Amino acid sequence: MPVQRTDALAVRSASDVVAVRQLVRTRAQEAGFNLVDQTRIVTAASELARNTLDYGGGGRATIELLTEPGRTGLRMLFEDEGPGIPDIELALRDGYTTGHGLGLGLGGARRLMNDLRIESRPGKGTRVDAVRWR
Amino acid sequence: MPPSQPSVLATVLDQDRGDVLKAWIQDQMAGGAARPDLMQPSELQDQSSQFLDLLAAAVNAGSARDGAAWHAVRQFLAGISSSRAAQGFTPVDTATFVLSLKQALLGRLQQRSGDATRFAAELWSMTTLIDELALYTTSVALEARERIIARQQEEMLELSTPVVKLWDGILALPMIGTLDSARTQVVMESLLQRIVQTGAEVAIIDITGVPTVDTLVAQHLIKTVTAARLMGAECIISGIRPQIAATIVHLGVDLTNVDTKATLADAFRLALRRTGHALGRATGSERA
Repeated sequence: MPVQRTDALAVRSASDVVAVRQLVRTRAQEAGFNLVDQTRIVTAASELARNTLDYGGGGRATIELLTEPGRTGLRMLFEDEGPGIPDIELALRDGYTTGHGLGLGLGGARRLMNDLRIESRPGKGTRVDAVRWR
Repeated sequence: MPPSQPSVLATVLDQDRGDVLKAWIQDQMAGGAARPDLMQPSELQDQSSQFLDLLAAAVNAGSARDGAAWHAVRQFLAGISSSRAAQGFTPVDTATFVLSLKQALLGRLQQRSGDATRFAAELWSMTTLIDELALYTTSVALEARERIIARQQEEMLELSTPVVKLWDGILALPMIGTLDSARTQVVMESLLQRIVQTGAEVAIIDITGVPTVDTLVAQHLIKTVTAARLMGAECIISGIRPQIAATIVHLGVDLTNVDTKATLADAFRLALRRTGHALGRATGSERA
């Protein structure tokens, strides 16, 4: 997939989560997503960035604008060097949380995006790769 | 540089002070660093002259940068960096002011160095020094800017979202901006506080001004609604736009136990009904 544009942001504080949302919103607008899709992508970015911060102990976000013949997409990569996710299926289950949230963020983000992949190694970190096509 | 050998730069700053100052000011005028639109020539003359004096004293005092003379140079630069910022100079302008001194020093340094090896060494130490001082003005400007940003962030946190009374027994909380900050907790608590104070039966939380409703925001809302209910007040959440509604459904957040309305007007109408009020258009004889 040809990458048209890449932005990298640190995710180290709550204000960084706001910065990620704002950048994703701008890129989604540029990619021509409609308002509903923009809101879906921004909301997914918010969930994933906060997971990186709260559970991964901080990390980084990479936002890519993708172009393929006939379609445009937005890819969001969230990486951390935190404790990792021991059971990814369980983490994706609605209502399951190891924190104090609703336990809907990760599963919700997967429903909001077209494709969401999680790679995690306990003790090494987590990498969440999410794409939405227009 | 060995201490036995007097620095050529020190000699230049001492013996050729007048010429260097003149050449430097000319360079500033010609190079555009002077900005006559922002600063009077007399003030530029004063700043340049003062800087040369302080620099001469510091160079004489030695190359260790922690002495009192170097401290005076840095203090002076910090002073002009902020005064110039107030006059409308950019940090680049201020750094250029310092950097432009190089050219004026260069010729004199060459004349007094004698051989090429000595000149190369003197040139290197002079240019390192001037770069360091120019960078210092930039770091001062950055620090000043960071202080302003930090203050603005604090001011934003203090922006309180007011709880307004719409009618007897009806409160409204218009929420604006990011809801996942520490601010949310404060705002929600102030709503609960007002419910107790006023004995309100209905509270409307309007999220028209909230750009993103994710699970954390939803959780804050649900918690507030539950707490209000425990105190005998019903909450209505208004300002749910179509895109927010679609997103909430995908997230799987359950708001079925909460009354929600698309607009504040709809929520107000529902609140009036709940509290036993009826609104209607006045007929001719009743009109004022």
